[in-house]
Amino acid sequence: MQFPILSILTFLPIVGMIIVLLVNKERTRLIRGVAVVTTGVQVAFAVALIALFRSSLPGINEQSSMQFVERFAWITIPQTAWFGEIQIEYFLAIDGLSMPMVVLTALISFIAAVASFSIDKSVKGYFAMFLLLDTGMMGVFCAIDMFLFYIFWELMLLPMYFLIGIWGGPRREYAAIKFFLYTLAGSVLLLLVMIGLYFTTIDPATGAHTFNMLAMMRPENMQSGIFSVVGSTIRMWAYIALFIAFAIKVPVFPFHTWLPDAHVEAPTAISVILAGVLLKMGTYGMLRISFPIFPEFAVFFQKPLMIFGFVNIVYGALCAMAQKDFKKLIAYSSISHMGYVILGMAALNVQGMTGAVFQMFNHGTITAMLFLLVGVLYDRAHTRGLDEFGGVYNKMPVYAFFTVVAFFAAIGLPSLSGFVSEAFVFLGAFQTDKFWTILSTLGIVLGAGYMLWTFQRVFMGTLPSRWENVLPDVTPREIVSLAPLAAIIVFLGVWPSPALNFMTTSLDHLVRFVKTSAEASQALLMGM
Amino acid sequence: MPETISSSIANFRPELALALTFIAAMIMEFAARGKGRLTGAVVLAGFAVALALMPFSPAGPERIFSGMIALDPFSVFFKYFVIVTGIVIVLFSFQSQELRRDAPRIGEYFCFIAALTFGMTLMAGAANLLMIYIAIELVGISSYILAGFTKSVRRSSEAALKYVLYGAVSSGLMLYGMSLIFGLMGSLDLVRIHDVLARGHAITTGWSFATMMIGVVLILAGLGYKISAVPFHFWTPDVYEGAPITITAFLAVASKAAGFAVLIRFFTVMFFDMYTTANVRASFSGVNWNLVLAVLSVATMTVGNFIAVWQDNLKRMLAYSSIAHAGYLLMGVVVSSDSGIAAVLLYFIMYFFMNLGAFYVVMAVADKIGSEHIDDYRGFGKRAPTVGVGFAIFLISLTGLPPTGGFVGKLILFSAVVDSPFLWLAVVAVLNTVVSLYYYARVLRNMYLREPLDGDISPIRFRPAVVVTVVLFIIPNILFGLYFEPLVKWTQASVAMLLPGA
Repeated sequence: MQFPILSILTFLPIVGMIIVLLVNKERTRLIRGVAVVTTGVQVAFAVALIALFRSSLPGINEQSSMQFVERFAWITIPQTAWFGEIQIEYFLAIDGLSMPMVVLTALISFIAAVASFSIDKSVKGYFAMFLLLDTGMMGVFCAIDMFLFYIFWELMLLPMYFLIGIWGGPRREYAAIKFFLYTLAGSVLLLLVMIGLYFTTIDPATGAHTFNMLAMMRPENMQSGIFSVVGSTIRMWAYIALFIAFAIKVPVFPFHTWLPDAHVEAPTAISVILAGVLLKMGTYGMLRISFPIFPEFAVFFQKPLMIFGFVNIVYGALCAMAQKDFKKLIAYSSISHMGYVILGMAALNVQGMTGAVFQMFNHGTITAMLFLLVGVLYDRAHTRGLDEFGGVYNKMPVYAFFTVVAFFAAIGLPSLSGFVSEAFVFLGAFQTDKFWTILSTLGIVLGAGYMLWTFQRVFMGTLPSRWENVLPDVTPREIVSLAPLAAIIVFLGVWPSPALNFMTTSLDHLVRFVKTSAEASQALLMGM
Repeated sequence: MPETISSSIANFRPELALALTFIAAMIMEFAARGKGRLTGAVVLAGFAVALALMPFSPAGPERIFSGMIALDPFSVFFKYFVIVTGIVIVLFSFQSQELRRDAPRIGEYFCFIAALTFGMTLMAGAANLLMIYIAIELVGISSYILAGFTKSVRRSSEAALKYVLYGAVSSGLMLYGMSLIFGLMGSLDLVRIHDVLARGHAITTGWSFATMMIGVVLILAGLGYKISAVPFHFWTPDVYEGAPITITAFLAVASKAAGFAVLIRFFTVMFFDMYTTANVRASFSGVNWNLVLAVLSVATMTVGNFIAVWQDNLKRMLAYSSIAHAGYLLMGVVVSSDSGIAAVLLYFIMYFFMNLGAFYVVMAVADKIGSEHIDDYRGFGKRAPTVGVGFAIFLISLTGLPPTGGFVGKLILFSAVVDSPFLWLAVVAVLNTVVSLYYYARVLRNMYLREPLDGDISPIRFRPAVVVTVVLFIIPNILFGLYFEPLVKWTQASVAMLLPGA
């Protein structure tokens, strides 16, 4: 048996959580240490994963080219006359689509753990929940069995509810329950589609119904259930249900209203996790589940998806521009930037898709950094009002440096990573639909507008006298959390090909797979 | 084997043990007055004997007592369920401070628990309308008394009175419905009635048809009252709130299960075409009973969930939540295929662990702080960490989030519905789940997100027995959320019923 690296990545935080729970709650330093070491080791394993990953293997729908496969029977119920066989597997594997997300999750978790040191209210509970959340996120990106995927997907909800609800800002209760209800409403739709797919799919090897997503991607395995007729109305509704489930997570307008509340009320580290990893689950789910399992509707709904992308970009940017609260501004900018991901994947070509996945990774790092920066300022000034600041540049030069890196990356300045992914997105989208792509570039202008304006309001001008003595520059601990992100942003901006190489094979395969399957189903529909 | 009284009695041993337990407990109560807990011990021992006898009865399917009672895997499942619940409730009752304080003659209480359990095992097997009626009455009368047992407590007496009135009316209706059916079909035996209907007599038209409809609807009212389905649910919140909490838990779990046993048997044996392996069993006899039940199911879950949102008393909230759960369970009856019925059975197993766990915590807390009000749970998570985590897990399980047993129950139940023409019902049910999250999360919010109103954050110390019990309920809730293979196998093996023509 090979080394179970994905299981370790996924369940290491649970081990950390158990240790945290066993430690006396007074020993906060030890608890923090456990969390940082756990997530640090996770990063080490993620680095090992990068080293061992073979970027020539496509994965997506082929089990033979998935990597680090761990597959065991979990629940097997033999056939009874009227139920068929139940087959649920513990099936973890990654490919070029999930690999960047796994690395991102490990990285962001570590950085968020470091950034959580400023938490001093029930530290034990905080880190226990934090580590549980980490397991949920990692599991979502590693799971290939849909049942397992769903368990991890839902596992995150409760810790997130408590992390926002207990350690959040003044309106935390409202934000926490809103997040919980929105996400659950999405995931129950996912649950229904999952059950439907289960009854439709037969594992060719065993003849049993299966939750294996790879088996679901092959039309010939779809035998008798409700989703078996390619192109049928019920499959369209399933695609729409899945879209809503994932769109809530992304969030796509008009399902986005939980996000500004949750981001603003959550403590800094949790905003980092939310923006850095959780939002990616939505787009990841679309690429992992919606596109390959319902390819005909991925193509059919290509244009609407693109328009959703456009709306997200422009609407998010306009809302960001109107904000007076620093954190809320970053929250809306997230909506805008996730719009690029949607736009890129709707392009359904390899450039757009690569841009989308790369943008998922870059947005993870850039927005994480932005939220950390907001946190730095808030920890000192205890306010986030943009109009209350000015002239911070002189007072906190190192802080200003990091801010410049993050802001310009968010704007999409060449030589920073955000530029590369946005360029790919536009490159791909332009080939598919010129009109909406050109309109979407408006987002770049607006992005530059609100970012530069924010920079001007906070860092330029004269420092109000009330901040004279309360704004020391960033501490070494804050640098530990900011510097790796800045380094990655610059590195991938200058030399993106290492990262791109990991994903292009898989994404190229995904695009061709979706297109050929969709064409095949078109031919099938014509023939009927 | 020809069916005789003596062979029937041989197959009736667990029930006989329960009946003898009831008698022994009564004698005990006369002989050793004032030693009520001793009576409790006798009842517990009797339940243990009945449970031990269960594996020795054949699984059937067979008819015993001239078809009055069916012995089949389906009834065996419910008998196990009811007896185990009875044991748990007796153990809870030993711990309850409420009973110690307000119930002066606790021995009688235990006697009626035995009678109630006996009645429910009869309900599990009853295959004749008369037997169904007798069993339901036995259960009903015992529970009226038990609901009002703490008679010095005003709301308990009120609960008992309301319960009696509702119960009397609905059992009267049911009896009238049965008489109509008897008049039409010439038999009270479910299997015979099925044969009459299947042969397609002129019952599907004209006045006969109308009479049959009235009869079945009246019976449905009686059964709906038992499982607290909307619109027959009005007694539930008051009784659940007023009765001693052990009895509330008993009614919410075992009595509901027994009600479902009768309901499922009544519909599947009488009206559904049992010889189809399709994913939904269609009803013959001219009425789409599946649809009628579906409407009932939607009404029950929606009303239960939406009213639960406004409740501040946890017992009352759990009452509405149990109405909502009855709605989910009805979905399995709507489909009524083997997978639907198996899903109902599985859901009951999960429901047993999550609901009894939740009621137990409410009981333990009420004993400690004297309140069931949601505001008194503020800061509870910090004041009592283990019990708090336990309660949180039970509530999550009731909501149906993984990795808990409640999720698995819902998954299997929704699966049965998605795999049938009633997909829309599954959609309604999952949206209901989202609503239910809101009120369960209200408790979580108070426990963890808010500080106590009076600022008292001193730890609440529970006795070790309480903490151990809570942990014992946590384990299955998590375990069965991750590994449910044996349970599914068991429930799948338990759907076989005594069928027409068998």
